[in-house]
Amino acid sequence: MAKLTIEDLKRIKEKTAKKISVRDGTATAKITVHMGTCGIAAGAREVMGVLMEELTNSGRDDIRVVNSGCIGMCSSEPNVTVEIEGGEPIVYQLINSNKMRQIFKRHVLQGEIQTDFALAKI
Amino acid sequence: MREISLHILDVAENGITAGASCIQIVVEEARAENVLKIVIRDNGRGISSEKIDRITDPFVTTRTTRRVGLGLSLLEAAARRCDGEAKIESEPGAGTEVTAVFRYNHIDRAPIGDMAGSITTLIAGNPDVDFIYDHSVDDRHFGMDTREIRKELEDSFLADPAVIYHLAQTIRKHLNRLDQGQMNSEMGEEGNGKIDDRRS
Ligand SMILES: Nc1ncnc2c1ncn2[C@@H]1O[C@H](COP(=O)(O)OP(=O)(O)O)[C@@H](O)[C@H]1O
Ligand SMILES: [Mg+2]
Repeated sequence: MAKLTIEDLKRIKEKTAKKISVRDGTATAKITVHMGTCGIAAGAREVMGVLMEELTNSGRDDIRVVNSGCIGMCSSEPNVTVEIEGGEPIVYQLINSNKMRQIFKRHVLQGEIQTDFALAKI
Repeated sequence: MREISLHILDVAENGITAGASCIQIVVEEARAENVLKIVIRDNGRGISSEKIDRITDPFVTTRTTRRVGLGLSLLEAAARRCDGEAKIESEPGAGTEVTAVFRYNHIDRAPIGDMAGSITTLIAGNPDVDFIYDHSVDDRHFGMDTREIRKELEDSFLADPAVIYHLAQTIRKHLNRLDQGQMNSEMGEEGNGKIDDRRS
């Protein structure tokens, strides 16, 4: 019976140790990936994967990524909501890996709302 | 759904919506018996008995955002298409268990797909929920339990996106070995089987 071992975890810890600062500061940005059935079928899981990668590369520890349920806009899934501290939440629609990278780099890191992909302010 | 692992992610999200603090996912590839079985068990608020009979009817949903519920009806349709079935059992206040069985080699069966991606997506997106994952291929087995990881390492460990990224890679590596039937000494140590408390 194979298991995720302590050695596995230690190896992961070694690989990531340099990059981790203490992740207990307050979040200044929150990214919500909507994980309803339609979102999942349309690629929300892949979008989460891209976010983990971009977040790792950014080295930022003040950005939170969470999942939430469906927001009822099935035809525009995957939907991702970006909320920067002090700003209104922006819902992005029909997100794929490339759009997610662009939104992360431009909106989350640099504060420029990507109006081309934005569905609405909620 | 293109992958069984996406159905699993979707059913697990139901448990999260139902307020579960722990979700157990079991994938059993009984290739020798030509059966694929998946079980998703949660300790959320459960489903009333009046409702459970109609649950795979797409018009049953508690969501207010859209009038049709899709996830369970899609899973049931996928299982039936592959000479299998889906079963939903629940105890209100205690939790829910969803089981689906497929004929393994059925031409319409979707590939299992990226289980590592589904599991790490759940872990990353739901930091307050624990996940237990057991995957077997015939008599080979891989398992992990975020409760054990949290016990071993500081709580912030699983909140680090870099950890999630590497965790996904590590799980993929284990699953490849499982798939190809290699037993690896380093990773093949004997587990204690204590999370093997399945009801069915
Ligand atoms: N694990 C669960 N715990 C509690 N209720 C559930 C669970 N799974 C499904 N349900 C109930 O069944 C309904 C239908 O589920 P589903 O087919 O996945 O559609 P949806 O999630 O889109 O509503 C849900 O709205 C919910 O009320
Ligand atoms: Mg659902």
